[in-house]
Amino acid sequence: MAETVLEFQPDLNLDLSADRIQQEDMPTEEMLVNMGPQHPATHGVLRVVLRTDGEMVLEAVPHIGYLHRCAEKIGETLQPYQYIPYTDRMDYLAGMNNNFAFALAVEKLSGLEAELTARVKYIRIIFCELNRIASHLVAFGTYGLDLGAFTPFLYAFREREYILDMFEATCGARLTYSYITIGGVTHDVPENFIDVCTEFLDYFEPKVVEYNNLLSHNHIFVKRTANVGVISQEDAIDYGLSGPVLRGSGIKFDLRKAKPYGGYDEFEFDVPVGSGEKGRTGDCWDRYIVRVREMEEAVRIIRQALEKLRGTAGQETLHKKGKSLKLPEDEIYFEIENPRGQLGFYVAGDGSTIPSRVKARGPSFCNLCVTERVCHNVLLGDMAAIIGSLDVVMGEVDR
Amino acid sequence: MTPEEITDILKKQFGAKIAGFKFETAHPRVEVEKSAWPEVARFLKSDPRLQLNFLRSIASLDLLEDEKFVAIYDLLSMRPPTKGGDAWTMENEFSVHVSTERSNPHIPTVAQVWPAADWHERETYDLMGITFDDHPDSVIDQDGTHPRRILCADDWVGHPLRKDYKFPMEYHGIPAVTEFDQTRPIH
Repeated sequence: MAETVLEFQPDLNLDLSADRIQQEDMPTEEMLVNMGPQHPATHGVLRVVLRTDGEMVLEAVPHIGYLHRCAEKIGETLQPYQYIPYTDRMDYLAGMNNNFAFALAVEKLSGLEAELTARVKYIRIIFCELNRIASHLVAFGTYGLDLGAFTPFLYAFREREYILDMFEATCGARLTYSYITIGGVTHDVPENFIDVCTEFLDYFEPKVVEYNNLLSHNHIFVKRTANVGVISQEDAIDYGLSGPVLRGSGIKFDLRKAKPYGGYDEFEFDVPVGSGEKGRTGDCWDRYIVRVREMEEAVRIIRQALEKLRGTAGQETLHKKGKSLKLPEDEIYFEIENPRGQLGFYVAGDGSTIPSRVKARGPSFCNLCVTERVCHNVLLGDMAAIIGSLDVVMGEVDR
Repeated sequence: MTPEEITDILKKQFGAKIAGFKFETAHPRVEVEKSAWPEVARFLKSDPRLQLNFLRSIASLDLLEDEKFVAIYDLLSMRPPTKGGDAWTMENEFSVHVSTERSNPHIPTVAQVWPAADWHERETYDLMGITFDDHPDSVIDQDGTHPRRILCADDWVGHPLRKDYKFPMEYHGIPAVTEFDQTRPIH
């Protein structure tokens, strides 16, 4: 039998891109669009200037600074323990972690860290991880909101409420805690804290399955996020990304594992990474699912820490030196793993009680700088998905 | 690798361009001549022994008495997993001080080496007033060619983190005086 010859020869050079169809159907022209500063999908006062052509975004340039308070200058006028409330207001969704980063940097600089009790160590880790869950719950809820799913937001805030109640019972505040301070924590935990916390963890763990059924594997949600806003491993490192944004690109790097601080080396937990389950590695869905899985890991850490906390009853929780600490003529740069990434503090002392320089390296600030690189020839509708998946908090970007 | 070993490698490669070092501190670092800094930066990133591929932060110091500014670069080497594990590791941590005279602060940019430096350098210019030459996002105005401001408004005068910064009394008609008898904001 003779070789079959296809009569229809497909033209492989045929350009089927949206661009060509648009040009034939409806002429478009380039237009500059301001997305923000007041836009629900930018999570605060972020302005992104978009150069658009029809539905395509050719270029996106973020403009920041609307919330700038020069917190670093304020740091040069206050003692470290007085500066703690200002760190709360940087990443206001993860106040505990911010307190922890600054307190630990100052304690390492002044050598106070060695004098802290085991109880302080475990309380700090428990509250940081609880705050990590609370922060990721907001990220999870608002990300659904960005993409048109209202219900997950209500679910997330329902669970977050329990965590905030625990914080309120312990230190009196629900958002800006100033709980972890130089030399320990301001109050010991309430008597029934271990029981209440265990009860919450038992309640919370099945909820993560519910979130996955509700949003993570929702067909519409997957369509909106998979294969969108892919960040390669090279870009992730070049642009200094960190936290779930870095791990979403498949880089298994977590400071709690790579360089354990504050006692994290005593706990067993995994570091979830994105692996391109629904699309390509490093897309919006990968970054999203890393946050959901980190909540489960945080539960594991808290359970272990609660066990260890039981054995430390009666130990001192606040070192007296914290309020009269003299900083040596030296400097330190110290980073911890915040819910959003690596939060670093550079502190320089000059022999007095007031530091001569405080600098914060905010993870949101560094994660946001990749926007220009990623939002290049994407659809306008994907902008909300990409910016939401970076999970920036403008209070920390602008400081 | 310890900071001492990294410094030895750098000294062998660059000799006198490594202006100094300090190890007995919470923040071990070397000081690099500012003219050689881009060359040293490329070496730090590309040398297979060092591979400091991750720029964590650029801090800055105003040393009013010594008449100089210092830019502090904190670097990290993030290495892909080797056999028997999937976790990326942190091999080296290192930091570099680059100082410049206070009267005319200029440092060559390293944004071509680490793209992350782009925003950090813009922030450092904005708040401390160190001009990074050849920055990819530069503007030209009455202050000369400098990186675009990032946190303050484009028409802001001065650099707030300098020790001799004078707080403005008003901005576009908005007074900075909050109390009736207060002549300047209290800080």
